[in-house]
Amino acid sequence: MSKLKNIKWKHYLIYVVLIAVTCYFGFFGLQKNLNRITTILLEKAAIAMILAVSLNLVVGFLGELSLGHAGFMCVGAFLGAKAAVALTASMGPGNELLVLLICLLVGGAAAAVCGVIIGLPALRLRGDYLAIVTLAFGEIVRSLFENLPDEMFGGSLGLTAIRFERHYLFIVGFVLVIITLAVIQNLIRSKHGRAVTAIRDSEIASRATGINVTKYKLMVFTISAFFAGIAGVLFAFTQSKVQPTTFDYNYSIEILVMVVLGGMGSLPGSLISAVLITYLNEELQIILTGDLAVLRGLMYALVMILLVIYRNAPGLKAFREKWSVKNLFAKLRRHDPAHIHDDEAKWDRVPTKIMVDEVLSVDVQTKSPYDPDSQWKEDT
Amino acid sequence: MNFLETLLNGLSSGSTYAMIALGYTMVYGIAKMLNFAHGDVIMVGGYTLYVTAVTMGWNPLLALLMAIICCAVLGVTIEKLAYKPLRGASPLAVLITAIGMSYLLQSVAQIIFGSADRMVRLFELGKISIGSFQISAYTVVTLVCSAVIMTALTLFVKYTRIGRAMIAVSEDRDAAQLMGINVNFIITITFAIGSALAAFAGFFMVLKSPPVNSTLGAMPGIKAFTAAVIGGIGSIPGAMLGGILMGIVESVAQTNAVIAPFTVAIEFSILIVILLVRPSGILGKKRREKV
Repeated sequence: MSKLKNIKWKHYLIYVVLIAVTCYFGFFGLQKNLNRITTILLEKAAIAMILAVSLNLVVGFLGELSLGHAGFMCVGAFLGAKAAVALTASMGPGNELLVLLICLLVGGAAAAVCGVIIGLPALRLRGDYLAIVTLAFGEIVRSLFENLPDEMFGGSLGLTAIRFERHYLFIVGFVLVIITLAVIQNLIRSKHGRAVTAIRDSEIASRATGINVTKYKLMVFTISAFFAGIAGVLFAFTQSKVQPTTFDYNYSIEILVMVVLGGMGSLPGSLISAVLITYLNEELQIILTGDLAVLRGLMYALVMILLVIYRNAPGLKAFREKWSVKNLFAKLRRHDPAHIHDDEAKWDRVPTKIMVDEVLSVDVQTKSPYDPDSQWKEDT
Repeated sequence: MNFLETLLNGLSSGSTYAMIALGYTMVYGIAKMLNFAHGDVIMVGGYTLYVTAVTMGWNPLLALLMAIICCAVLGVTIEKLAYKPLRGASPLAVLITAIGMSYLLQSVAQIIFGSADRMVRLFELGKISIGSFQISAYTVVTLVCSAVIMTALTLFVKYTRIGRAMIAVSEDRDAAQLMGINVNFIITITFAIGSALAAFAGFFMVLKSPPVNSTLGAMPGIKAFTAAVIGGIGSIPGAMLGGILMGIVESVAQTNAVIAPFTVAIEFSILIVILLVRPSGILGKKRREKV
């Protein structure tokens, strides 16, 4: 009974929506009723969703900034494409889905190995240093694939990939999104996920309580890299040519924008903003041509800066609390959630950092409607 | 003889990196944040040189002065608008804002000046020959200028009131505030000095290769930050050492035909190795974390 009580339908809503979308478009897709533009958009959205969710694991839950997500994707894309070429040559046509599955695993595993390699220095570093190391990793990977001999990965011209029939690839993409989401959400809700968020909130405190920080950091980096690699393989299969220049620094930033826009530490948010940004990219590509294309970058930069300042500025805290959606709804329900849910561990919202100052100091607002003293004052 | 030439080239490009790295390391030491937009301040300096020296035809030195003023004002504005509201927030938020700022500056520059390269040819520097040995005047100019600037900066930090206040703020911000130091003012000054140094670096880069575009500062910025980390972030001599080391590695790698394409990979690999072996950098102090 108590277990049943804990299951809330709204936590599964995101899966229901995803499966419904997959079935809806999949039905038309298998009958080849979808036009090319929609199919391409759906494929891109699936890739973006996997990337955003996996980056959110590092940025939102572990609290470390990774600027090399496109690098992991690059590794996955190249090795996946290479494996596809080799497999199709040996197995012949007809086994497309099997080839795809093997390639996904190969690309994911290769990226995961890179995740371990980059996770090792990450154990000793934090914050800004780690951001720079991941950035350096992305650049190293890109320049390696660009400059290795042409017969290995095609050099700067790119690797000619195996292109799949387009009409069902996006279904594979959406299934992968659901798998990614399920794995990461379950990880976050498990004991291990709690440890990860504890590391984010205070590394020293979690170390003191016996959490193996090394293990968890390495684990998060590896898992995140694995899914980025899978997204890379998927990307490679949608392209006729995989080029190293695609996976530059700006691509990593774009994934970061998705995570920031959706909310750090919110998986449904990441999914929504990934779809939104992919859609906007496609639409703006048509409207903004030539030099105007820069306006897109300007918009993303402004959104990122303003959002982060609004969400984090200590000076705006009072304003934020007054106008937050949660509190506005709470007023309709006539109780203040801030005082009730503080200690409750929710599935989608991991308890945030408790500031010592806030716990120690009792914040008495004289005009607060919830404060019995103020009402007493008004009465007299 | 050939090796000496490579070494001198490395020294001159290394001193440019050192100049940028100084800006990073000072801001990091005092504001405890990685100013990602620092590289793009160089780019703004480059465009200021283009507008003043090429379009309006000013004297190059006057243009340099203008670029220094513009960059300093820009650096302070960025600090006031984007970083100051986030003081006391989580480091991740500050870092993301800084990345956004860098992206914003690049986009704005591209909107104003377009994506095509702008040529900034200030003056022709010939070659100086000492006996049979020839070096370009550019190398000499950068080396002398950067030596003067770095000495001046070291003296400034060591012997003036503001410089000593900077050291105090970087050691312990709260204690410095209690001693009557205006921390906000010191942070502003730091951003101004760092950005002015970026303008110098932009000047040197333009002297070396005239094309200026919106990503002029991105790669040197990242490399200079790498240099600052290698030298030990927060330490001024460390930034100089790291920058010069970076320049020499780059110049040596580029002369070898086999490893030349992998220069970037080699430079960043050095960073990863140094951070693994000695996370606080070559000259950095190891700090024990207190709770």
